[in-house]
Amino acid sequence: MKLTLHIWRQKDAQDKGGMVRYEVDGVSEHSSFLEMLDVLNDGLIEKGQDPVAFDSDCREGICGMCSLVINGRPHGPWTATTVCQLHMRAYRDGDTIYIEPWRAKSFPVLKDLIVDRSSFDRIQQAGGYVSVNTGNAVDANCLPIGKPAADQAFDAAHCIGCGACVAACKNASAMLFVSAKVGQFAVLPQGQTERKERVLSMVEQMDKEGFGNCTNQYECEAACPKEISADFMRMMNLDYFKSSATTS
Amino acid sequence: MTLDSKVPSGPLADKWDKHRFDLKLVNPANKRKFRVLIVGSGLAGASAAASLAELGYDVDCFCYQDSPRRAHSIAAQGGINASKNYQNDGDSDFRLFYDTIKGGDFRSREANVYRLAQVSTHIIDQCVAQGVPFAREYGGTLANRSFGGVLVSRTFYARGATGQQLLLGAYGALNRQIHAGKVTMHNRCEMLDLVLVDGHARGIITRDMVTGKIERWAGDAVVLGTGGYGNIFFLSTNAVGCNVTASFRAYKRGAYMANPCFTQIHPTCIPVAGEHQSKLTLMSESLRNDGRIWVPKKKKDTRPAPSIPEDERDYYLERIYPTFGNLVPRDIASRAAKNVCDDGYGIGMSGLGVYLDFADAIQRLGRDVISQRYGNLFDMYERITGEDPYKVPMRIYPASHYTMGGLWVDYNLMSNIPGLHVIGEANFSDHGANRLGASALMQGLADGYFVLPYTIGNYFATEHQEQVTTDHPAFGEVEAEVKGQIDRLLAVKGKRTPASFHKELGKLMWDHCGMSRNAKGLEQVLQRIPELRQEFWENVSVTGAGMELNQCLERAGRVADFLEFGEVMAHDALGRGESCGAHLREEYVSEDGEAKRDDDNYCYVAAWEYQGDGKEPALHKEELVFENVELTTRSYK
Ligand SMILES: Cc1cc2nc3c(=O)[nH]c(=O)nc-3n(C[C@H](O)[C@H](O)[C@H](O)COP(=O)(O)OP(=O)(O)OC[C@H]3O[C@@H](n4cnc5c(N)ncnc54)[C@H](O)[C@@H]3O)c2cc1C
Ligand code: FES
Repeated sequence: MKLTLHIWRQKDAQDKGGMVRYEVDGVSEHSSFLEMLDVLNDGLIEKGQDPVAFDSDCREGICGMCSLVINGRPHGPWTATTVCQLHMRAYRDGDTIYIEPWRAKSFPVLKDLIVDRSSFDRIQQAGGYVSVNTGNAVDANCLPIGKPAADQAFDAAHCIGCGACVAACKNASAMLFVSAKVGQFAVLPQGQTERKERVLSMVEQMDKEGFGNCTNQYECEAACPKEISADFMRMMNLDYFKSSATTS
Repeated sequence: MTLDSKVPSGPLADKWDKHRFDLKLVNPANKRKFRVLIVGSGLAGASAAASLAELGYDVDCFCYQDSPRRAHSIAAQGGINASKNYQNDGDSDFRLFYDTIKGGDFRSREANVYRLAQVSTHIIDQCVAQGVPFAREYGGTLANRSFGGVLVSRTFYARGATGQQLLLGAYGALNRQIHAGKVTMHNRCEMLDLVLVDGHARGIITRDMVTGKIERWAGDAVVLGTGGYGNIFFLSTNAVGCNVTASFRAYKRGAYMANPCFTQIHPTCIPVAGEHQSKLTLMSESLRNDGRIWVPKKKKDTRPAPSIPEDERDYYLERIYPTFGNLVPRDIASRAAKNVCDDGYGIGMSGLGVYLDFADAIQRLGRDVISQRYGNLFDMYERITGEDPYKVPMRIYPASHYTMGGLWVDYNLMSNIPGLHVIGEANFSDHGANRLGASALMQGLADGYFVLPYTIGNYFATEHQEQVTTDHPAFGEVEAEVKGQIDRLLAVKGKRTPASFHKELGKLMWDHCGMSRNAKGLEQVLQRIPELRQEFWENVSVTGAGMELNQCLERAGRVADFLEFGEVMAHDALGRGESCGAHLREEYVSEDGEAKRDDDNYCYVAAWEYQGDGKEPALHKEELVFENVELTTRSYK
């Protein structure tokens, strides 16, 4: 099929950037979306022109590296799917596609479609762990954990840290991302000792990074490729208020 | 130089304990004076960085992704082994050890593998303490499943995302140390060379992938946890960024490359769909627990799978290997798939595919149970192929997946270059000629959490080195070479993309140094690679500049290294005149087509030493000594 692409090009963080139009032909419906961009880039490189920079690594929906907004939707049209798993059979011959980077103050664009998500790492560093040194563990089965709690913890822990939740939110809030880690540990016995400090310091770091406030639109939940539930945000809010009440 | 494996003396089961006692310790107050440069933030790198920092060392950690959490370990699906014997089915350290040695077709080091089995149980304890949400039974205890090549159930898992959960556990431990100021993390920062001072590994040269700045880092030891080189085949289950650069540059600085031809081709991957395909997707081996593999009994049968009656299907693994059936090791399952396809029984458009069918299991256990076990894999399959595996069997074909070969290390995980340690998939150590499923995660975490933290201290305590800074002339020399290579790449201004060279190399390696090999094909590889390399340096198009974010340049640098490394692999495959594990030489097969080992002549680790560009590498042998197992012909029948 033949497609018209409008792609955000921006030389570096300082550049103003703008949309550039490209035509691609002979795209197979079996290709993935990123493979379609590979073909575009191969053509550009052969002509000695700068290829479009975009992030990707695993290309199977788990590393969280890929990050494109397609026709206004983070990760494109398919639900519960990262853009690297999106396949071209989602499109028709003659379609026009707009491709942009994640847009958020806390995710500055580095080049073209690549953004800086180090703010996410800093939030995790603020408390997204159980403080246990290597070698300090008891036998794993000494700590029975009911299957429902283990399953719920997994549902939260499955977050891939891609940032689609932030990109989808009109306030660029990172609540879903933060609540996924807070929620994982809130439902597990291992997480109880540091439960209060964790939620307080992670939320504090989130605010410091300049992410917006949540106004309960749940666009984040809809955009999340791993279908992290907004229930974790409600849980985190409750935890946060309880913790700030008891520690101040 | 002689290769001293430094395996301690004494009975197998006591070696590690004894060795830990014999290792010299660093005074706790002095540990902060040692700086360790860890390249890689996968299971191996992250677990090592966190554990060393906890002990008090100063750590700098590097990765090429934008966050340590995205290292390729994140993609591991199926599970991690440990000899817990929670299922009471007769597992033990010795059984895990034996299965791994036998699975590797008797080409790994006994003492290393036994230690791996011993520490495997601590890994599970550690990960649970970190809050890793492993699958559990209703009673709250941990659940297990089976993997290929074994008859016990010892694999721990977290749905189909075990690697993700283990890596996020290690990432948490790493984050805690970053927060504490003990680890400095350098993301989007690619190691391009190793710096030696007085023969010891004392630093690295990196390129900041955002600004393009070339930087020097000095330390008291360098640790490579940079993963495998499966992308030499271009198409593989690895992430697109996986590469051999760090290991290969260390090789060019004198580190020995061991058994590079031992590459694992995984039997259950989604077949190639088109010429623009950039990677292949694994369907976890755990699926072979419940899925049955078959092809039609009639050649080129184009009927849809469900309309082929039961008696017209050949469940060839169950037929040829009645004891292990669908759970034979990977090398055997892959070769069997290749053989039926080569004989004309393959399915799908290309004829390069076999069925993996869940109909029986769904009938027996119900859709819900299957979805609980493999739901995300089924979803992934459907997204890629547009077919629903609950209704039609999956189509699968082997693909490059893992590399058993890697930099040579001794029992302390140190290479032949003093101070250069290699952990995880990047080293050669534990899997011999074939790796069993769910054992790479185990090895990566064993190396990082439970082995290196002890052994590296012994290096610091026994081999005292002067302080060096990045002002030492050795840094300037290596930096100049790195810059020179970048300038050369940018100066070619040819017509072909780096990817097109990578694809051509990949196809060459797949055809002649993949699932089966012969001398003629390997000689062809050795003739063709230098030609391809010459064309690369005359006609590659690398756009943009060095001092900016430049993915074309990153790619070109990696392809340039693969273009040299391929030759080392081919030399190794040609030099090994036997078949063992994943290395099948067509000249050496038994009457029933199985790999025929030659223990009299090839019971060694082949460690290759760089001799200069365009020169054949020199071979060093580490003879393998088996004191605790008998070398038998591997049989899964
Ligand atoms: C799809 C898939 C599924 C798998 N499933 C399983 C499974 O179920 N069970 C199992 O046991 N094993 C499995 N494996 C194998 C296993 O995942 C890997 O062998 C293991 O995770 C490798 O870990 P590692 O830490 O050695 O390397 P990696 O996780 O690959 O990490 C490499 C690190 O090195 C960094 N790096 C590399 N080069 C450079 C450089 N030049 N400069 C700076 N940084 C660099 C990267 O950024 C990264 O941080 C699977 C593999 C694949 C591909
Ligand atoms: S590239 Fe890894 S999630 Fe898309």
